[in-house]
Amino acid sequence: MSLVLVLPIIIPMLSGVLTLLAFRSRIAQRAVSMAGSVALALAAVLLLAEVAEAGIRVDRIGNWPAPYGITLVADLFSAVMIVLTALIGAAVAFYSLVSIDQRRETFGYHPLFQFLIMGVCGAFLTGDLFNLYVWFEVMLMSSFVLMALGAERRQMEGAIKYVTLNLLSSALFLAALGLLYGTAGTLNMADLARKFATLTTPESQGLVTTLGMLFLVAFGIKAGLFPMFFWLPASYHTPPAAVSAVFSGLLTKVGVYALIRVFTLIFIHDAALVQTVLLVIAGLTMVTGVLGAVAQYDFRRLLSFHIVSQIGYALMGLGIGSALALGGAVYFIFHVSVSKAALFLVSGLTQRLHGTYDLKQLGGLYRSQPVLALLFLVPALSLAGLPPLSGFFAKLSLVRAGLEAGQYLSVAVALGVSLLTLFSMIKIWVEAFWKPLPETGVTVAVPIREWLPPLVLLAAVAIGLGLGAGPAFALASRAGAQLLDPAAYIAAVLPEVR
Amino acid sequence: MEIILAFVIGGLYAAAVYMLLRRSLVKILIGLALLSHAANLLIFTVGRLTRGRPPIISPGAEDLAVPYADPLPQALILTSIVISFGVMAFALALAYRTYRTTQTDDLDAMRGSDSQA
Amino acid sequence: MNSLILQTTTRYLMPLLLLFSIFLFGRGHNEPGGGFVAGLVAAAPFALYSIAYGAPAARRVLRLDPRGFIGLGLLLIVLAGLLGAGSGQPFLSGLWGYVPVPGLGAVDLGTPVLFDLGVYLGVFGVTLTIILAMEEAD
Repeated sequence: MSLVLVLPIIIPMLSGVLTLLAFRSRIAQRAVSMAGSVALALAAVLLLAEVAEAGIRVDRIGNWPAPYGITLVADLFSAVMIVLTALIGAAVAFYSLVSIDQRRETFGYHPLFQFLIMGVCGAFLTGDLFNLYVWFEVMLMSSFVLMALGAERRQMEGAIKYVTLNLLSSALFLAALGLLYGTAGTLNMADLARKFATLTTPESQGLVTTLGMLFLVAFGIKAGLFPMFFWLPASYHTPPAAVSAVFSGLLTKVGVYALIRVFTLIFIHDAALVQTVLLVIAGLTMVTGVLGAVAQYDFRRLLSFHIVSQIGYALMGLGIGSALALGGAVYFIFHVSVSKAALFLVSGLTQRLHGTYDLKQLGGLYRSQPVLALLFLVPALSLAGLPPLSGFFAKLSLVRAGLEAGQYLSVAVALGVSLLTLFSMIKIWVEAFWKPLPETGVTVAVPIREWLPPLVLLAAVAIGLGLGAGPAFALASRAGAQLLDPAAYIAAVLPEVR
Repeated sequence: MEIILAFVIGGLYAAAVYMLLRRSLVKILIGLALLSHAANLLIFTVGRLTRGRPPIISPGAEDLAVPYADPLPQALILTSIVISFGVMAFALALAYRTYRTTQTDDLDAMRGSDSQA
Repeated sequence: MNSLILQTTTRYLMPLLLLFSIFLFGRGHNEPGGGFVAGLVAAAPFALYSIAYGAPAARRVLRLDPRGFIGLGLLLIVLAGLLGAGSGQPFLSGLWGYVPVPGLGAVDLGTPVLFDLGVYLGVFGVTLTIILAMEEAD
């Protein structure tokens, strides 16, 4: 049995352990963190190659047969998400080298970061719902500490909101798990799908749909869906920019991943009702997120509202539910995580240069830092959905899927929100880059060359995803088609049953 | 027995929600603790209550004699207790540090991260 | 706190509690017990020591930073998993062997024991990290 499925979990764990053991030496911690990020990227590509080649891969931890033991399952969707995690993890890890202050580093920034990545990878790979809960907690614990690390006043206040709401969602998730176990007698996702597929009476199907709604609330809080997203813009802008970037790139996406997973595999009855609910929530999430952003003048708060708004698009893909829409959602999640992380990293750099995130106090960056301006424009325009960048193709496929499914209202909302997104990005451009620096603004003369490589990497991915949209989208639609075929998933995890 | 536990769980949830709606940070943490207790008891109850039938194959027998108590809910509860122990320890430390930093435990006074910078 | 009674009692309790934790760890092999609870019990005497003599003194007695124990524990867990995987089975598969120990007969030792030892050290480290940090926060 190859290790390819466990490697994305073991590598960050080992890096975390080694940085923990080397807590006295900053240099050793940095070296391990770098090596771990690169190794994880290699392992992720390896996993994707193997899954693309050989189909769904299953690993039974501890040699316990499914559904009794914990299984790790990697289909294309999981593998793509692992690659995304490795990419964002590596970019932010490199960015952290120059941006995280010494106090945070000695307090354990690197181990926490690695354990966070481990939790995210575990959540993407597990085939067991309770195990998903455990990975969520691993991820949350690390994120709690990263959020509060440094103990500035704003940070503590943001952390309180973040921790409380996420613990509430975990408790709901746990209760939903208990009820699900009481109903089905198993928590293995494939086994659940198999058992629920045989339900015929409307009563039992209604019960399962109710359980699905409980999961929608639990995961919805974590993903930042309307109306449960208020913790997100209240907290994501308080920690250092590197932490904001990794949170925005990965944490809410885990919530979306879990939603897509359970609503394509387990809770597939009553599709009409569920999809209507999802589409309504998706539309409201898009609109409220982007309207919240319009009013903001803090760089990172504005971006935080956009996270919420973009989550709506991914959910719209799930709500439409066709292969094209799910493929579009996979492609969209990848694109938006990359663009969003890049924008947060840019915001950190502007803060470094001018000592503030307040757009009113920023300015003149186009003149003073043309390279940075370019590195802002690429992800910003990609986020707004301009061709030939990745966001255009992501939105195009979602819109096409919506038109094919006859969901004209959702499509109209998506297009309108896209315009407002462009407006927000132009606002940042005008305020921070185009207008002259206000007289009250401060400029810190610091070399920024070492800060740029992670930004270049993410911008290159955004461009590459756009220019190479053909093959990238082919992969995404294969992932979407795989999501619509629960039978293959079940057969891969439980070969003995049939 | 299920009826009694159902009332206990309902009471715990009610108390937890009430505490979560308070403004004081400490009371919210108590609410969160109650919430995880309620969820644990819920798993315990929903996993069927079976008295005095441990899931152990008796000597000489080939298979488990039904009915037997399902061990899995208890394993799940044990895991979640351990997790909530860790999370609560962190949340308490965070609340303490927040209190030291902001000199208040009133959530209404913690608007620093909501207002414009 | 500077209480002679507590300090004296701590001195006598420490070895007893540590022995008890080792007993619990060994018992966990086939009976209730195991690394988790044993790690908690092992952390108790050091917590007691830090109350009696103060956190800096407790850190001196520990020698290694509690975070180091977490790292060691997790390292053992990964090692146990990789040993299982090295034999061509999935990650974390249990490998068992029988080792003759004088006075006890053949003792079955395997990677789950290593895993359990990792849990022991991990729980020990986490508990003490939390307790000592809270002690020093005042």
